[in-house]
Amino acid sequence: MLPHLDAAHNLARWLMRDSAAAEDVLQEALLRSLNYFPSFRGVNPRAWLLQIVRNAAYDSINLNRGVQLVPLAGSPADIEAGAIDLPAEADDPEESLIRARDVSRVRALVAELPVELRETLILRELEELSYKEISDVTQTPIGTVMSRLWRARRRLIEAAGQAEKMP
Amino acid sequence: MSEADSARHCEMLLLVQAEFDGELDAAQAAQLNLHRAGCAVCQRASRALGETRAMLREGLYEPAPQALRARLLERAAPARPAAPPPLSARLADWLRPALGFALGAASAVAVSLALLAPGTQSLTQQIVASHIRALQPGHLEDVASTDQHTVKPWFDGRIDFSPPVKELRGAGFPLVGGRLDYLAGRPVAALVYHYRKHVIDLYVWPTAGVAARAQTGRQGYNLVHWTDGGMNFWAVSDAEPKALLDFKEAWQRTP
Repeated sequence: MLPHLDAAHNLARWLMRDSAAAEDVLQEALLRSLNYFPSFRGVNPRAWLLQIVRNAAYDSINLNRGVQLVPLAGSPADIEAGAIDLPAEADDPEESLIRARDVSRVRALVAELPVELRETLILRELEELSYKEISDVTQTPIGTVMSRLWRARRRLIEAAGQAEKMP
Repeated sequence: MSEADSARHCEMLLLVQAEFDGELDAAQAAQLNLHRAGCAVCQRASRALGETRAMLREGLYEPAPQALRARLLERAAPARPAAPPPLSARLADWLRPALGFALGAASAVAVSLALLAPGTQSLTQQIVASHIRALQPGHLEDVASTDQHTVKPWFDGRIDFSPPVKELRGAGFPLVGGRLDYLAGRPVAALVYHYRKHVIDLYVWPTAGVAARAQTGRQGYNLVHWTDGGMNFWAVSDAEPKALLDFKEAWQRTP
């Protein structure tokens, strides 16, 4: 499991958005992985560990703030909104994204995403998991994974588009 | 846009995204290309997805801090040298290389040094042979990137330890990628650097107690070996010995 420590920490850090909380979650997850390991029969230890980290993080979030997680259905209407909210034809999305390409700003944008969009985005873009792996880790159907991923990305694209209007 | 049109459009955007993520089959790809040729929204979405990914991968990754890693290793190490409980028997097999990484040369150096000395000759031969093999077209790197934060995570899940990866461009040794290789009877990480027109391969694996060794020349190739932080390092290149020594110094100097 220690070879995947960076991946585990990365996910915990982005789910908890706080380094001390992430460390607690990571330690809890490693402890659980020790207990579950004898029953592990899969072929993908990284995805398996990430799932444990994710569950430990959700447990911690629920414990600390009460049940705040609002499951989003990922209905077609959300995606439809995405189609309409893309930057207008006149905007040049590449240009505006370059302007927004400030790491701290991107970090803030990602941190502001709802947790289920954030985790999907992190697992895809930073951990480079496949849709199937993300579906396993988050215990979510692949269709929902796809629509969450699109909603997360759409927000970043839109935010970059708005940066154009900011001083 | 009619309701049917927009519903169709969302499907298309999900296809654009699936194509971008490498999750599209040929039939869907053909359908998408047909549609996108005449659809400005999908064309923009394709471009924006690439830009978004570049932004995200620029500085968001949060690897485990060294201090935390050390604390966890300490905790994972058995407090007593007594037989491990059966529960963790399988786990111990996984942890051992990583623990070796942390504890490094501190343990059992003397014994293994005597055992390994006769084998060193054939190790340098192996390293030179591996380096020459890697210079064949298309064999040099499995992950081609000048970004240490791309190269390092690439090894995750492919190898049972996490090799240190450093960017030495400032010292004249730009990182160009990494690959898996096989040396001394185990998988090792190979980091590929350039030096002017030369290629330097740096092989890295957790030390089992091999002592530091001076450079040696073989078949016109030069090698430099050192150990650091519980890792073995072998740099090999046809660059002059001085360049390799500079490379080693640059590596050790770079935090």
